[in-house]
Amino acid sequence: MRRLEGISKLSGRERYVDDLPCDGALWGMTVRSPSPRGRIRSIEFGPGVEWSQFVVVDHRDIPGPNEVFLIERDQPVLASDYVRHMHEPILLIAHEDRAMCRAAVKQIRIIIDEQPAALDYRVLPASDQVQRGQDNVLKTLKIEKGDVEHALAEAAHVVEGVYETGAQEHIYIENQGMLAWVEQGVVVTQGSMQCPYYVVNALKHALARDESQVRVIQAPTGGGFGGKEDYPSHLALHAALLALKANRPVKMIYDRSEDMAATTKRHPAQVRHRTGFDASGKLVAQAIDVVMDGGAYVTLSPVVLSRGIIHAAGPYACDNVRIAGRAMLTNAVPFGAFRGFGAPQTLFALERHMDVCAETLGIDPIDLRRMNLIRDGQETATGQVINDGADRERVLDLATKHIELPERREQHATFNITHPFLRRGIGLAMFFHGAGFTGSGEVALQSRVRVAGLKDGRIEVLASSTEMGQGTLTVFTKIAAERLGIDPSQVLIATPDTARVPNSGPTVASRTSMVVGRLVERACDALLEQAGLSRDARGERVQQAIRAWHVAHPNAQLSSEATYERPPGVQWDDNTYRGDAYGTYAWAAYAAEVEVDLRTFTARVIDFVAVQDVGKVLHETLARGQIQGGVVQAIGWALLEECVWERGGMKNCQLTNYIIPTSDDVPPIRVYWMQTPYAHGAQGAKGIGELPMDGPGPAIANAIANAIGVEANVLPLTPERLMQMMDGAHV
Amino acid sequence: MSKTELISVSLTLNGEHRSIEIAPQERLLDTLRYRLGLTGSKEGCGEGECGACTVYIDGLPANACLVLTVQVRGRALETIESVQVDDLGSMHVSGATQCGACTPGVVMTACWIKRHPELAKTHTLRELMAGNLCRCTGYDGIIEGIAGTDCAS
Repeated sequence: MRRLEGISKLSGRERYVDDLPCDGALWGMTVRSPSPRGRIRSIEFGPGVEWSQFVVVDHRDIPGPNEVFLIERDQPVLASDYVRHMHEPILLIAHEDRAMCRAAVKQIRIIIDEQPAALDYRVLPASDQVQRGQDNVLKTLKIEKGDVEHALAEAAHVVEGVYETGAQEHIYIENQGMLAWVEQGVVVTQGSMQCPYYVVNALKHALARDESQVRVIQAPTGGGFGGKEDYPSHLALHAALLALKANRPVKMIYDRSEDMAATTKRHPAQVRHRTGFDASGKLVAQAIDVVMDGGAYVTLSPVVLSRGIIHAAGPYACDNVRIAGRAMLTNAVPFGAFRGFGAPQTLFALERHMDVCAETLGIDPIDLRRMNLIRDGQETATGQVINDGADRERVLDLATKHIELPERREQHATFNITHPFLRRGIGLAMFFHGAGFTGSGEVALQSRVRVAGLKDGRIEVLASSTEMGQGTLTVFTKIAAERLGIDPSQVLIATPDTARVPNSGPTVASRTSMVVGRLVERACDALLEQAGLSRDARGERVQQAIRAWHVAHPNAQLSSEATYERPPGVQWDDNTYRGDAYGTYAWAAYAAEVEVDLRTFTARVIDFVAVQDVGKVLHETLARGQIQGGVVQAIGWALLEECVWERGGMKNCQLTNYIIPTSDDVPPIRVYWMQTPYAHGAQGAKGIGELPMDGPGPAIANAIANAIGVEANVLPLTPERLMQMMDGAHV
Repeated sequence: MSKTELISVSLTLNGEHRSIEIAPQERLLDTLRYRLGLTGSKEGCGEGECGACTVYIDGLPANACLVLTVQVRGRALETIESVQVDDLGSMHVSGATQCGACTPGVVMTACWIKRHPELAKTHTLRELMAGNLCRCTGYDGIIEGIAGTDCAS
């Protein structure tokens, strides 16, 4: 089965939000803060603009609370009298002529009485920079197991290290965009998004409407990667406020520069490790401190920090673990969800640190990992007993085999002493990624899927899970068709339109195939019963029964729902952070071969092997695409992608100076599967989408350290940074 | 600040002679998308980095976001809408598209490469595709798809 909407996309016929016809719509644009922190003294509308032709919205036009509904309600829809970061939205304007609208934005001056901004999350704020509590800490979390200090005191070796990773911009190729209009009293927004019901909740809250008065429709979405998880709520609110005031449809489409400046990015993080080993190299203690930059509002930082610290100790068995996590409020543009959601940061630190430890201990880095790898029956840092039958050691062995580790090490030894200016190295990372919401999150979501049997015998799947390139449409079609034994052409997937589809939870956290896909299966089972069939009925019999049901029940609808149920035996305590953090984990070992050019300080990945156990692979082409795309996005984060900051705003908001990998910057990504089925995922699937973001960073840094002997403990390893690191290193 | 006077431009668009009214400073990409309803060409960056708006002008690939429409007066313009669906099979099989936003530009460059087999003697497919950014596929699906694509000229 091919990607369902593949030809539509390849031929350019797929209609994204900016492609939709929208007669009579005004163009909406945003006036933003020029300052990272301060009180708004005045707003000046410049001369030479016919302001009466424009619709202008400010915070006074918000019918409900001026709050973007998320974990906390500290973030305004539009700043009223105070700004907390650069580019914070203050005013919205709309006009039918896009060029005039754009020109008018530049004629509005915002005058700010500036106050001292907190711009470095790694240091404690000065007293005049404090904006939350005593110290700007917006969330702390802790995981504790055993007695870490005692174990460190007794350890034969203690190895310390500090690791840092920078922000990363999503660069979905389709910028954020939203349409809004009012239809018979209902506010409708349609646009590029991952989570239609997040937008519903935001509209309900700030527009003071009940659910029947708001409707959200997902348009085909040109990439998300987390960047369209929470931000579309802002854009939908902005477009809706303008549409309500103008009494006309409004279209807001960001250009690349505004999208990069104003929307969320991956949280910068600093991670400190203090690790104890016994004389043989067995892990006896892990003390880990994680600090993340949350930016100016809480947004999703508490849950990003949570996933970050849960993954921080890695796929290893250790009796004494203490992980302390802290997210800091700063006056940077708020950081948000990005593929991996905190885990890439902490797994970079861990897996780079494992190589540093191996070198200190004089043990081969692969052997050190193998020796400490968690085995069935052993516990993770949160006390979750792993017992999934996955052969983690084989995952590691396959990675070393496919990258031909001993042979290439030998070749590199010769190459590196004979080549005048190139140096090669090889590095590996072993890691895991928990799929679905953390802890009791899935239970709280109570996700639902509906499956309908149509008059003509076809099946319709109704879910709010969105297609953003990862393959939801194709995978849901395949799951339903195979569950019912019918041809995929007999399955329809409803557009995520909240007037029709139930809330299946957000399209995030690698949960769609595994969690929501399983609900598709269960809703199919329930449909069989509804149609008077046994659960093992398959094929034409099913479609006949559906047609017959409609004959017997004219004008009635045949449909069934499934609601999420916690798999048996899963326990989690949010207060102590103990228990089963995730229903299951995907396991992986990635190996990178790099070449560093000593003339230009440029590092290139010249070979890459990705071995993973993601449970049952539901669609090989789509799954491989997830891994290859994720690895290349992570290669960008590791080597090229640097957000340059100025007063808490991104300075290089262009694809000209924020560099993402091209086809010529990366080698073919070699993907290998192991498939240990997960009983509670659709057809045995585990989550896959975020996993490939976790491993490449540390594998590449380890390879660079191996090639040129630098302490490659900071990402991105741009030529400038490598030049600094190599200053003084022996190469 | 007021609306500008429109001017008339004639060109050949996907094989058809057209005469259109445009603003003098209008970008070709905006003319295609907002005046002519040809929304297959996408805006990814607006500055010629991503290639999502790739079209052919007199048979040569160009970024429509960097060209003023007046510059294509009297010239032959081809867009993604001119590509035959039958030619897309191998890219469909290989997983060359995921989110689809870069895809029309990718397909335009891919078809141009296939029309010029001599390029393969001096350049790799990865070099030739480096003007089209894709954030989803990691490029393997695209490169494999092009190796098997047969674009009619």
